[in-house]
This record gives sequence, C-alpha cells and structure tokens, in this order.
Amino acid sequence: MKIEIPEFALVLLVGASGTGKSSFAAKHFLPTEVISSDRMRGWVADDETDQDATGDAFDVLHYVVEKRLKGRRLTVVDATNVQPESRKTLISLARKWHALAVAIVFDLPVELAVARNKERPDRQFGDGPVRRHAQALKRSIGGMNREGIRYVHRLRSVEEVDAVEITRTRLWTDRREETGPFDIIGDIHGCATELETLLGELGYAVAWNGKEVQVTPPEGRRAVFVGDLVDRGPRSPDVLRVAKHMVDSGTGLVVVGNHDDKLKRHLDGRNVKVSHGLGETIEQLAQEPPEFLAEMRQWLGSLISHYVLDGGKLVVAHAGLKEEMQGRASGAVRSFCMYGETTGEIDEFGLPVRWDWAADYKGKAKVVYGHTPVLEANWVNGTICVDTGCVFGGKLTALRYPELELVSVPAERTYYEPIRPLEAPAADTGLGQHQLDIGDVLGKQAIETRLYGFVTVREDNAAAALEVMSRYAVDPRWLIHLPPTMSPAETSVMDGWLERPEEAFAYYGSKGVKTLVAEEKHMGSRALIVLARNQSVAEKRFGVHDGSRGVIVTRTGRRFFNDAAIEAAAMHRLDAAMEASGLWEELGSDWVLWDAEIMPWSMKAGSLVRGQYAAVGSAAIAGLDAASQALAAARARGVAVEDLAEAAATRLDDAVRYRAAYNRYVAPFAGIDDLRIAPFHLLASEGAVHDARDHLWHMAMAHRLAAADPAMLVATDYRQIDLEDPAKVADAIAWWEGMTAAGGEGMVVKPLDFIARGQKGPLQPAIKCRGREYLRIIYGPDYDRPENLSRLKKRGLGHKRSMAMREFALGLEALHRFVEHAPLTRVHQAVFGVLAMETEPVDPRL
Amino acid sequence: MLLTITTTHHPATDLGFLLMKHPDNVHVVDLSFGKATLFYPEATEERCTAAITLEVDAVELVRGKGSIEDQYVNDRPYAASSLLSVALGRLLNTAMGGRSKIRQELADQAIPLEAMITPLPARGGLALLERMFAPLGYTVEVDAIPLDPAHPDWGNSPYVTLRLSGQVRLAALLTHLFVLIPVLDNNKHYYVGEAEVEKLLRKGEGWLETHPDRELIVRRYLRGFGGLVRKARQQLDERVEAEEVEEHAVRDSAEEAIEKPIRLNDQRMERVVAMIRELSAVSVVDLGCGEGRLLRELLKLPGLSKITGVEVAPRVLAGAGDRLKLDHMPDMKRQRIELLQGSLVYRDDRLKGFDVAAVIEVIEHMEAERLPAFEANVFGHARPGAVIVTMPNREYNALFEGMKPDAMRHPDHRFEWTRAEFRHWAESVALAHGYAIRFDGIGTEDPTHGHATQVAIFTRMDEAKTAA
Repeated sequence: MKIEIPEFALVLLVGASGTGKSSFAAKHFLPTEVISSDRMRGWVADDETDQDATGDAFDVLHYVVEKRLKGRRLTVVDATNVQPESRKTLISLARKWHALAVAIVFDLPVELAVARNKERPDRQFGDGPVRRHAQALKRSIGGMNREGIRYVHRLRSVEEVDAVEITRTRLWTDRREETGPFDIIGDIHGCATELETLLGELGYAVAWNGKEVQVTPPEGRRAVFVGDLVDRGPRSPDVLRVAKHMVDSGTGLVVVGNHDDKLKRHLDGRNVKVSHGLGETIEQLAQEPPEFLAEMRQWLGSLISHYVLDGGKLVVAHAGLKEEMQGRASGAVRSFCMYGETTGEIDEFGLPVRWDWAADYKGKAKVVYGHTPVLEANWVNGTICVDTGCVFGGKLTALRYPELELVSVPAERTYYEPIRPLEAPAADTGLGQHQLDIGDVLGKQAIETRLYGFVTVREDNAAAALEVMSRYAVDPRWLIHLPPTMSPAETSVMDGWLERPEEAFAYYGSKGVKTLVAEEKHMGSRALIVLARNQSVAEKRFGVHDGSRGVIVTRTGRRFFNDAAIEAAAMHRLDAAMEASGLWEELGSDWVLWDAEIMPWSMKAGSLVRGQYAAVGSAAIAGLDAASQALAAARARGVAVEDLAEAAATRLDDAVRYRAAYNRYVAPFAGIDDLRIAPFHLLASEGAVHDARDHLWHMAMAHRLAAADPAMLVATDYRQIDLEDPAKVADAIAWWEGMTAAGGEGMVVKPLDFIARGQKGPLQPAIKCRGREYLRIIYGPDYDRPENLSRLKKRGLGHKRSMAMREFALGLEALHRFVEHAPLTRVHQAVFGVLAMETEPVDPRL
Repeated sequence: MLLTITTTHHPATDLGFLLMKHPDNVHVVDLSFGKATLFYPEATEERCTAAITLEVDAVELVRGKGSIEDQYVNDRPYAASSLLSVALGRLLNTAMGGRSKIRQELADQAIPLEAMITPLPARGGLALLERMFAPLGYTVEVDAIPLDPAHPDWGNSPYVTLRLSGQVRLAALLTHLFVLIPVLDNNKHYYVGEAEVEKLLRKGEGWLETHPDRELIVRRYLRGFGGLVRKARQQLDERVEAEEVEEHAVRDSAEEAIEKPIRLNDQRMERVVAMIRELSAVSVVDLGCGEGRLLRELLKLPGLSKITGVEVAPRVLAGAGDRLKLDHMPDMKRQRIELLQGSLVYRDDRLKGFDVAAVIEVIEHMEAERLPAFEANVFGHARPGAVIVTMPNREYNALFEGMKPDAMRHPDHRFEWTRAEFRHWAESVALAHGYAIRFDGIGTEDPTHGHATQVAIFTRMDEAKTAA
C-alpha cells in the first residue's frame, strides 16, 4: 500500500497497544520526527509504563508537537490516539499551525495485539485495555474526517502494515524551485482589453484565433495572476481563457480570488448571492457553450490558495498572507488568502474593516497581492498590493520580479463604480505601518547577513544600544544604514613612527589584493546623508510624513545638526548638486544615500576640543612651563638638574606641538557658508546598493557631485595604487608623507573593490593610516618619545578588525534589505546590530 | 605640575632641615605611576623655596595592568591631583607628621610660609579655593589659566595657579595640601575604601572638624561613597541626624539645583502617588522609572499588587534594583514589584494590561520626533486605564533664579513646553486614542506662569464608546 503524506503534516498513528505503531514509526520516519507518549512518560517519570505520569507526559508531548508544527516540521505522534478526545488537542494544534492532519489507523485483530503484549514484560496489564482501545477505535473511525483529519489511511492486516510505502509529497502551494522571472498581474475583473495591453507592454505576444488564444511570453518569463479574474468587467470569459491557457501551457500561475471562488460555487449550482458584479459574469457566460462552463467550473475548483516561489523569497496570494500561514494549508489559510482578515467592524460604506496585516508583517518573503484596490501600488514592510482598481477606472498593474519594477496600463473607462473610493496612499502620519517591536531588538540576536553569515549581537550590547537608539537616534525610518568602525594599520616597523602606509598596503597585499585606492582622510566627522528628492518621496519611500526630505546623521545614528535650518540648507544644496551633476537622472532614483565626512571637526567636536584637548594642553603647558622656570633657577645656583631641565623642555615642546595639532582642525563655524562636506561613498539609490561598484566609481561619483557645488562640497584627493608597481607604491607613500607633514589627518586605504575577499572570506573594507602629528591628539603629547613608542607599538587589532567586519556586514545587510523593500523591522534589526556592536568596549585610540 | 613651598623665616635655609632634604641636592623618589623630584630653585638666608615636580608615565597610566584611566588623553599626567598627594606622602612623610630631627622646635612653630601649585584643577569654581583655604588662615591668591591663548573666546581652563601664604606650621600646610588638592580635583585615582576614612580622620585632626566646608571636603575626599561619607561624618560629629540621607541627591544635578528651593521633586512624587491612589489602581507601570523613587513610594501604597518599573538605561535600571534592595526583599513584597528594561519608542506587549502608567518627567528627555512612536506604543498599544504625564512648565522657568531665558532645566531636556503647547499635545493624543483628559499642576501656582510642573491625566474611555 502506498501512502502519500504531505511533507508538512501532523501524522497521528492510531491503534491499540501492541499493533506495531512504534516499529512502523521507526521504519518510516526519522527518530526526531516521532513523538511517542511512552518516551515522554519515560522522560518525566523514568518509566515508560508509569500511568501516573500520563498527564504530565502528554503535556510535554503537546508542547513538543506544537514547537515542531510552529517550525513547519513533519511530526508523527506515536500514541494510541483511539478516542476522539485524545485526538482533539492534537487536531487543534494542527489547525492552529495550519498543518494538515493525517491519520494512519492500525485496525488489526484484537487477539493479535493481546498476544503481542503478553510477550512483552513491560506490558503485563492484561487484555482489558487493548480491548477497550479496539472498541473505542471502532466506534470513532468513521468520524475521523469530521474531527478535522484530512486523510485517513486504514491498515487492516499485518501484511498491509508491512507493505506500506510512504512517499512525502510537497504541498501544492510549494513552488520554491520556480525562480522566475515573473510578471505578477493585479486584479483583472474581466478587463481583458487592458490585460492584453498590459501583456503587450510586458513583452508577451497575444494572438486570438476566434475563441482560442495563444500567449507567448518573452524568453523565460511567466505571468502570475493574483486572482479576481472575473466579475464587474466586460470580458470575464476572455480573461478566464487567457489565464487558463497560460496555466495549461506552463507560462502562467493563478492563485484563487474570492470572486473566482464565488463564480465556481455558482457554477457548482450553489445558492450564492448575485452581487458585486457576478451578475455581469453570469450574463457573459450565458453566451458561452456549456462545455466552456464545465471546463471553467473544473478549472476554477483547482486553483490554489497561494504560491511560495523563488526559494521562499516570494509569496503570491490574492488578499496577502501573514508569515505564519505561508506555505501551510488549512481552511483558515485559504480563507485568509481570499478575503484577508477582518476586525468585525463595518465602515461608513457598509464594508467590513480589514485588519492591516501588512503593518505588522516582518517575514523574509515578499508578499505580492491584490484584493483591495489602491490608487498606487506601494511597498509596505516588504508587501505590495498590485490591485490598482482597473475595473473601477484605475489601472491594471504588474510587478516585474525580481526587478521589482511596476508596469501599468490605464483603464479604458470606468466599468463599475466603486462603493468606496480608491484608497489614496496612506495619509496616516502616525506609525501605523512602521511599528518596531522591542522583542525584535532586545536580548541576544542572530542576524543573517549575505556578506558574512550569521552575526551575533550579545544581549548586553543590545541592552546598551536600546538606550542609544531610544534616546538619541533619529526616527528609525530614516536609519537605513550605519557605517562600520575602521581599523588602523599594524604598527610601523620603522623607528619614530607609530603608523605608516606600508603596513596597510602589506595587509591587502598579503591577502592577494593587487589594486588599492588610497583616499585622503579628512579631519571632520563621519556622516550619512539620506536625501530624498522631495517630500513626497520621503513619504512614499521612507514613510516619513513630517515634511522633511532627508536626514544627516552621525555614525551612531544621531542627528548631525542641532540646527534644523542648517540641515535643511545643506539638503537643499546637495539636491541642487545632484540635479546639476545629472546624478539624479543617471541613477534613475529619487533618493540617495551618501557616506561623507563633514567639516569643520570643531563644529561637532567643540565640547571635546575644549573640555579635553584644550584642557589637557593648557594643564601641560602651564605645569611644564612653571617647572622649567624653577629648574632654570635651580640650575643657575649650581644644582645638578641638567637632565631634568632637558626632559622638562622636551615635554614642554611636545605639549606645544599637541596644542598646535588640535588647532589645525579647529575652524570657526557660523553657518552654512563654513560647512564643508566631502562625500566618498555613494552607498545606495533606488533599486541598488552600490557595493558592486569599485572605489574608483565611488570617487568619480563623489567628484562629479563636488564639482556641482565646490563652495560646500569637497572633492577628496585619491590615488590608485598598483601594488606590483613599486613606483606607484613609493609615490603613494610620498603623497601620504607630504599630506600628513602639512597637517593632514592621514589617508584611508581600500581595496579597489568595495567588497574584497581573500582566501578566508571578506577583507577589511578599509584601513586607516594616520599622520604623526594627528596621532599626538589621540595618543597624547609625548606619545612619540622612543620609550613610549616602543610600548605603544604593542597593540592588538584583532578585536577591532573583527568588529569592523561584522559591522560592515550588518550595515550592508540593512541597506540591501531596505533597497529590497524588506519590512522596516528587518532593516532596523541590522542597523541596531551595528549600534550594539559599537557599544562593545574597544581601545578608543584605534 | 609644580608645587613650591617657600619660607622667609630666618634663616630660610632651615627649610632643608624641616623637609629633611638638602637644598643643594636633587631628591628623586620612584612611584608606581612615575617619579617625583624635589629640588630648590632658591636657597638663601632670606628666602628658600623647595619645588616638587611630578613626572607621570602617561602610557603606563592607560596601558598598565592597574589602568586607572579609560579616557586616553587626559590631564592626569599634568594636573595636581591625588597623585601629587601620594608623592607628598612619600617625599615628605616625616615633615608632614610634624617631626624634625634637628629643628623640632621650628617644626612645632608657625612660620611664614608660601605655597604655589600649578596647574590645580578647581572643580566647582574659583570661589571654592577661597572657601577651602581662607578658614585655615591663608591668604589666597588665584590666577586663572586660559584654555588656549589662540582662542580667547574659549575662556579659562579648569585649572588655576594657586598661591597661599600664611603664618602656619609646615606640617599643617603639607597636611592641608595633602587633603585639599584631591578634594579640589575631585577625581581620585585609586579605589576609595575603609582605610581612606581612617586616613582622612588622621590628616584632618584639629582642623577638619570645624571647617565650614567640612561636608563638601568629606564627600569629595571619599568620592561620594555614601556609606563611607556617613561613617566619617559620624565620627567627626556625634550630632548627625538619624534620617537616611539621599546620597544621590547631592550629586550635582543642574535640574535639582535650579528647582531646589521648592523641593519640587518631593512634591511631585507625593502628588503622583496621591493621583494613583485616587485612580484606585491595582497595577501601575512607571515608564522611565530612573532609580526608582516613585516605585519606592508606590510599594507603600496598600492595594497595589503589581508595580512595574521600566527604564531604558541598563545601568540606571541596575541602580534602581540596588536601591530598592530587590535581592533582599521579603517574598510578599518582592512579588509586587518588577523591573524591566524597556523603551517608550518600541512596541512592547509586556506593558499591556496596567491600570495606570506613570510617565513622570520623561517625555522631555526624548527627541520630539520620536513622540509619535511613544504615543502609538503607550496610548495605542499598551492602552493602560490611565496615563499620568508630567513635564516642566516652561513658562515657570522665568521664576527660577539664575536661569537664562532660553535655557532648559536640565541639559538633557530636548524640549520644555508652555502650558498651551502641552495642552495642545495632550488633547490631540487623547482624541486620537480615545482617552478623556484633565490637567493639573504641581508646586505652588503662580498667577501668571502657572505651576512649576504640569500634569495631564488621561483616562481611557470605555472601549465600546470609542468604537461608536
């Protein structure tokens, strides 16, 4: 006997003690898939036959079963399961987690079971229980389907049991192997003309031959219809023809819509209310031959609730689908797919109020759906409704996947007046669709990144980051990225130097990188600039409705400028530069994320300069100056203080140089005219994270932007270095020496590729080499005296580099998720991870 | 740094005998953090000066195993601090003890002495120097040190050059410096333990008991360790009030300093507890509980069976747990209280189901742009039966002495609202989320400016009514 079992199901083995259930389970299922009541008894009471432990044992059994079903795992329950009441809890668990319930019934002769138990020393309970089991089974076997068990397989003899072959079948909704590309088409409602036009726009050839239609897609593409093919519109039968033809010829997929289902029930002869445009369809079908009706009745009945596509990354369902129902099967799933969920309230138009499942959506899969007509298709937390109300005079829309481009054709006319006007894009200025849940950030988190696998965020780091994120960071809707920390080079082998470029070059050289880009490091403050072209982009793409069009944040996600007017002015200038340089147009984007350095340093660091650097300088100079004078006086009267006097003079000299070092980066800041911005990474724009572009591209883009507003924007000087060309290397070192001797902070050395890999995985995205005088303000006035330098050179970079790597991976992950329209929570988790990493204590001088 | 001690006692060179350091030699002592040197820039019969310099190994200070500084570039190597006191103790222990082998009678005698220290941190203002030393009989002269001559607009540094002169015993001068340099620096480099109390009592003998700023000296010397401060105070003075002193209250909080005259915080707690009592609450969540002042009051309230404190800062939350002595609470009391780390801008199911949420002096500590998230989470998601929100009334600031017109009561306040602004906000929140609202105030009411603290009490309207 062949038994087919869905790969995700709850399988109940049903039968009296001694009918061979456990042996059967061991033969056909993994040990971890089988949850046995005997084993649970053993776990709670050290005795698999201890009947006193039955209550607790079943508590554990139900708990484990629930956890497995929650994780969408096939689960086999090895217990007698002969009474309806013992099956009831299990069936309700299956229903709760949308698993199909399957029973395999061991309906064997009672005497056989009795005889088997007699042979087993641990089952000396007489034949009473077995006979009672058998009776209970007989009484209830007929009603198992009504209890909620989808498939009942009855085995009537030992031979039958032994002959069983189990095959696991995929759920109908599971089409994960189909990777597209797809064109996902919204609710058509009989608008065949617009469908033909849209298919044409998408590159499909549509040819009618009488009532026969032939649709030829562009190479490799397939259409996916989100349902509601019929009703209200003028040519429902033709729409059915197109859709069925495409399904039959393997060039299309259809999920069922509520109108399609209702039409099917009408065709079945069921008494359905003829409303909401069904009447039009019935009229049109009256012109069709009976064979067509029979064919459609059968075909509509075969439509699936939803499809899980492209390795689980895409879900298509008529009314959308929450994460916990995806790839599962139950009446509730089918109902959700067709109607969504309602709150029970009725709105002013007499229509049910829908629960906005998309507002809470956090799933990994994108969900494309229709059902609720909207004016414009718009992403919400990784979901998009492509029903743009064609039949109501709107338009018919398709989403191209994986391109995520929207293609629409306008309705030729209004075929049907909507009861409720098409919904404008969310006018909601609250957080409706952008709520973040504390459970998604607090506690230990493991965040999967495409660059570096799972990155773990420690619980205490997350706790510390929660404070920063809550009290200081900007609105998380703007916070789509945070930059990684940057490691310095290994300490220099040369006397008198702590850091030099040679070590940075050597790091990359030893990892097989041949070409580097070295960029001047500006002494300013790191900033991220999120710029939307206008307020409406800010609203649509970022969900921010406060009238702003972007934000400039520090590397810890705080607003960069305290003065909103300066931020707005800078935004305005940047937008003008994007326009003038042609970058808006070239990128084909209406928003952009720049990574930049903003100067002067003293603008942000004013309190640090005065409170720490200047204070230390004043203390050092005052004390050493006074000591030098006292020593000079002592020396004048012949006390042997020459060495002391010389040492004090050296230290005083160091202190003076220290004061000069920080003063180089202090400049007055009175307003926008004193502001300098040096962009160096064009991190992302609509549809793209630019991490596949090399640093020459990023520099070229930054230079083009800078050229458009040279008064505010600084073009960063850089060198391309071929490590195999000694002249180039020497030239770059000389360049660094000159720059730092003139007071520059230093330079940043990057591999040519934005993401470079060595044999052991991704490499540091950048290494900094700081100048000798700059390091004075980091390591202290007299850091470069030989006795100090020799000790300072012993520093470990492992922790810093590991953090840089993980932060780089998390930052890019956040950005990719944002660009792919992932739910805000998923973007935020990765950004939060960067911030959490940054709370990890690490030597601040690195 | 440099410390000089000068006498004009005749013959001045006797200073060498008193210090037990020959004026023509250089005296060096190695210390764990560097070395101290004593030498004489001048040594005549009329005037003799001993100078002490301290060279601190800055690298070791940060790198060393017993690292005492995490701030990588700091003033410790340069400014007078407890490191100098340690050096004094090592170099001049005998002299500080008032003993002298050859000139004991001179050591017992008040002689004309001058001291100069530079740079000396004067945390707490220049006036503090006068308050510290004048009562001890010194003439005090202070020269400010500018922060950076290139930037006159930056003003002065936290350091000064201090000159003291007076007719005192050398041992007294050394002891005063030993105790008061770290007090002025207010930044001890080592762990302050029980032994420090002993040391303070010993060094302070004969002058600290009656010093008008004794309280400040003790507190700073013992670095605010409440228990130690109490212990020292008790031993210095038997007339110590029995009541427990709020040690954290003395930490210089700008807000408290400004609001202090009217003891606003106490009134606030009292009124909020009364409001909660009036609301007949059984469960209360204190959102932004800080160190748990309100929680402690709520624990006394009969009928409250669930008291939850929520705080975003892990360290503050841990502090609240310590202050409430959660680990030593009897079970029946412990069951009533819970502390959670949480944030007002994240949705949180743990905050559901409370009768009252208290949001006391909290919203002004969050960025205004995050208020919509706070509203959605508290009023939209958690939906307590009532919400009490208090915040400063900005109009009232006009009545606080020494407050600049646009200033706020605390450096961390992101905004403070007038009564009209607060009312507008609260009413729109109430309307959006189905709450009824009334307003109140805490503190004495000024006819023009209103109360110091403004209060909004939101009560959730019946759900059925909201739906209709």
